[in-house]
Amino acid sequence: MSTIWEILEGYLDQVEKPARYIGLEQGAQKPSHAETNVAWLLTYPDVYEVGLPNQGLQILYEILNESPIAEAERAYAPWVDLEEIMRRERIPLFSVDTHRPANEFDVIAFNLSSELVYTNLINCLDLAGVPVMSSDRENMHPVIGAGGHCVYNPEPLADIVDFFALGDGEEVVSDITQVMHRFKSSEGILHNRQELLFELSKIEGVYVPSMYTATYDMNGAQTLKPINDEVPKLIEKRTIVDLEEWPYPKEQLVPITEVVHDRLNVEVFRGCTRGCRFCQAGMITRPVRERSDEQVRTMIQSGLKRTGYDEVALTSLSTADYSGIKDVVEETIADPVNCGQVSISLPSLRVDAFTVDIAASIQNARRTGLTFAPEAGTWRMRQVINKLIREEDLYGAVESAFSQGWRRMKLYFLIGLPTETDEDTLGIARMAANCVAIGKRYTSAASVTVSVGGFVPKPFTPFQWFGQNTLEELNRKVHMLKDEVRKTKGVKLKWHDPKATLVEGILSRGDRRLGEVLKRVWSSGGTFQEWSEYFDLDLWLSAMEKEDLNYEWFAYRHRNVEEPLPWDHLDAGLYKDFLWQEWRDALEEKGLEDCRWTPCYDCGACTGYGLDHVVASTSPPVGGSQGTWQDLDNGNFAPQLLQISSKAR
Amino acid sequence: MILRLQTTKIGKIRFASHRDIAKVWERSLRRAEIPLVYSEGFSPRPRIAFGLALPTGAESECEYLDFHLDDQKYETSNISSIPELLTRVLPEGITITGMVKMQSKYISLQQSVTSTVWSIEVKENIEEVHKWVETVLNSKELVIERTRKGKQVVDNIRPYIRDIQVEENDLQKRTSIQAELKTQPRSLRPSEFLAATEPNLTMVKLRRLKQFIDTGDNQIDPLDLGDCLDFEKELCSS
Repeated sequence: MSTIWEILEGYLDQVEKPARYIGLEQGAQKPSHAETNVAWLLTYPDVYEVGLPNQGLQILYEILNESPIAEAERAYAPWVDLEEIMRRERIPLFSVDTHRPANEFDVIAFNLSSELVYTNLINCLDLAGVPVMSSDRENMHPVIGAGGHCVYNPEPLADIVDFFALGDGEEVVSDITQVMHRFKSSEGILHNRQELLFELSKIEGVYVPSMYTATYDMNGAQTLKPINDEVPKLIEKRTIVDLEEWPYPKEQLVPITEVVHDRLNVEVFRGCTRGCRFCQAGMITRPVRERSDEQVRTMIQSGLKRTGYDEVALTSLSTADYSGIKDVVEETIADPVNCGQVSISLPSLRVDAFTVDIAASIQNARRTGLTFAPEAGTWRMRQVINKLIREEDLYGAVESAFSQGWRRMKLYFLIGLPTETDEDTLGIARMAANCVAIGKRYTSAASVTVSVGGFVPKPFTPFQWFGQNTLEELNRKVHMLKDEVRKTKGVKLKWHDPKATLVEGILSRGDRRLGEVLKRVWSSGGTFQEWSEYFDLDLWLSAMEKEDLNYEWFAYRHRNVEEPLPWDHLDAGLYKDFLWQEWRDALEEKGLEDCRWTPCYDCGACTGYGLDHVVASTSPPVGGSQGTWQDLDNGNFAPQLLQISSKAR
Repeated sequence: MILRLQTTKIGKIRFASHRDIAKVWERSLRRAEIPLVYSEGFSPRPRIAFGLALPTGAESECEYLDFHLDDQKYETSNISSIPELLTRVLPEGITITGMVKMQSKYISLQQSVTSTVWSIEVKENIEEVHKWVETVLNSKELVIERTRKGKQVVDNIRPYIRDIQVEENDLQKRTSIQAELKTQPRSLRPSEFLAATEPNLTMVKLRRLKQFIDTGDNQIDPLDLGDCLDFEKELCSS
């Protein structure tokens, strides 16, 4: 077992925040690296503070280390100061657990949660001493894998990453380990890389891009063909049926140094059926699978005790919808073991007074800020995106918050949504002004921060056919909003850089040809692109130009129903005609109910698991107007019947 | 009850900052289920007081902290097991090496410690270092510019230097300086000490060996200010 610690140690005095590189987290493992065991290096391609809390990575870390034939360590992207030293002193990418060089692992597996980290993935490979292109790798090199939400369109990385794992990772990591272990134990090394990749491609949920060849039609649209009949035509995502069987992480890592989300995290459910049409997470993580409140309570109790944290976050895509929310919150606060010092945070607040009441019951002391996400400024726009919050809901929530002592609200909105008019955009400023007016009745210090982001259409959402707003158009909308909010004292505007939105848009629906673009951007120094101080649009545009690719074609163009999409060979569980119908309904400003409390509209997510709806509660959520159809104009109609096609296999 | 602990900070953990370590302590005390008295007010904090900050990257054989045990919630007979309970949950490299009980009225660590002894490993060879030390010791005045609370101040640091000894590290051909530097009214940092006179020495490794309180008659360890707990005599002094 080798370690680069002795070398690294001598340089850590010269870098910012050296504790990023020491490991030593409570719960960290020190695997012994038995010869035939499959060694995974789970890598988050961003800086430690951002990567460490990632729950997906921590879950896999535990599952792999529990396996008798696998071992796992973790790595994060070194910050630019250390990278410079590493390149100068020839120090390879290393694990933080035992400081083992990355290229001594059998698999380097990346978590991809944002398109802008793609160049960091390349940089990590290069620092590890692994060839950037999969076709240049040999038997001696680790196999490169990736998972996470971005892999629902993995094509920009198809020539770089050896395999992608779609969907929940809990089970598939063991399947991959099994196959690799077979190869490793017969020869001691991972011999015959081609054969191994071929075997991996047969695992459900695993996509091996080199097993497919790409062709482009006269319009430039990409289609993939398997290289032989044994390679699956369609790769279905993996879904764990019962979250209860996977109470991970059991030993959440507690870092030595400060990280984002520095608290105990307990996932209360996975999936979301609210059906917000812009939201990829809500679509690809279906069906909804809840953890029983009993297990949640146990995880909170044992987690707090084990970690020493005084804060717990109940995580999910919409925690106020969790059926046991009230009881869990009340009992945790009242638990005498916690000495009343534990605070609970709900990272995803629903926009209604009920949610504010829950928030009030947990935030006894500091009422600094509350965040809501109405997403759009007019009811019309919200019907298009199916975020069915009435204006009264928001004002009710805001009134309730200001009256209970909060003084600052943060509101999240998207601009550049399909069919958006200037009236919709300006509606954002109007709503914010109304919120401030409500607040002023309670405190003169009332303020509202409006945070707007440019909308990026994502694969496997009803908006996957939509042509993203141009850079100029988004800039115009931002300026228009800036002028408008200036009229109201107490409203502050923050916005996501539309230039970054453009690059996200290119990659989000891009194809294999973008691999060379990524390589160019990386080699011209374009790493840490999700950090505004390092983001550089010019690098991207000039790389596109050199590859003779038109960025407008990738980002701004509306797709039609016939056009093959670069992710057509992947299956996120949703029927394409469901998504298309949703897209048509969006354009007609028709909302769609949450199927947890209404009849099934057959999106496809539950099919094949022997489940109808996996929820703990059959009754609508308490107190919320977003709960069922009562907030819909077409509320009394039965849900639309869609044409159901069987899944092609 | 206020307890004073003496601990180490050795190995990888040396790269954790003073602020990081403060958080580590808060969590470790909770994990060891040692109840603390909380401050009153809007956002109650557990009552823990840390001694002089150790520079990030430095090791130490003698860090101190005082914490306010909520003895109404803690079985007195269990107090003897606190060092062991804590060492078990603390990160690798932090070990409890002493514990005493403090009187209800006492001067804080920050205020009472008057000097610390450092082992400073430098790049320069022994001849260079000897020459440097000689210059320092023979100077009546060593004026340097240093930053305090974000402001540049000009100080004569000579009175802060109590003692210097030099040792050669045979293995790596490096030289170690053992220096006792005063901490009152302002601490003299080892990095500032090395810049006392030209040519400045280059620090490779730093370790705090001792912290002293000058009582006028003699120099005592911060643990000497507390009362020995009956059960663990060997933990009371270092």
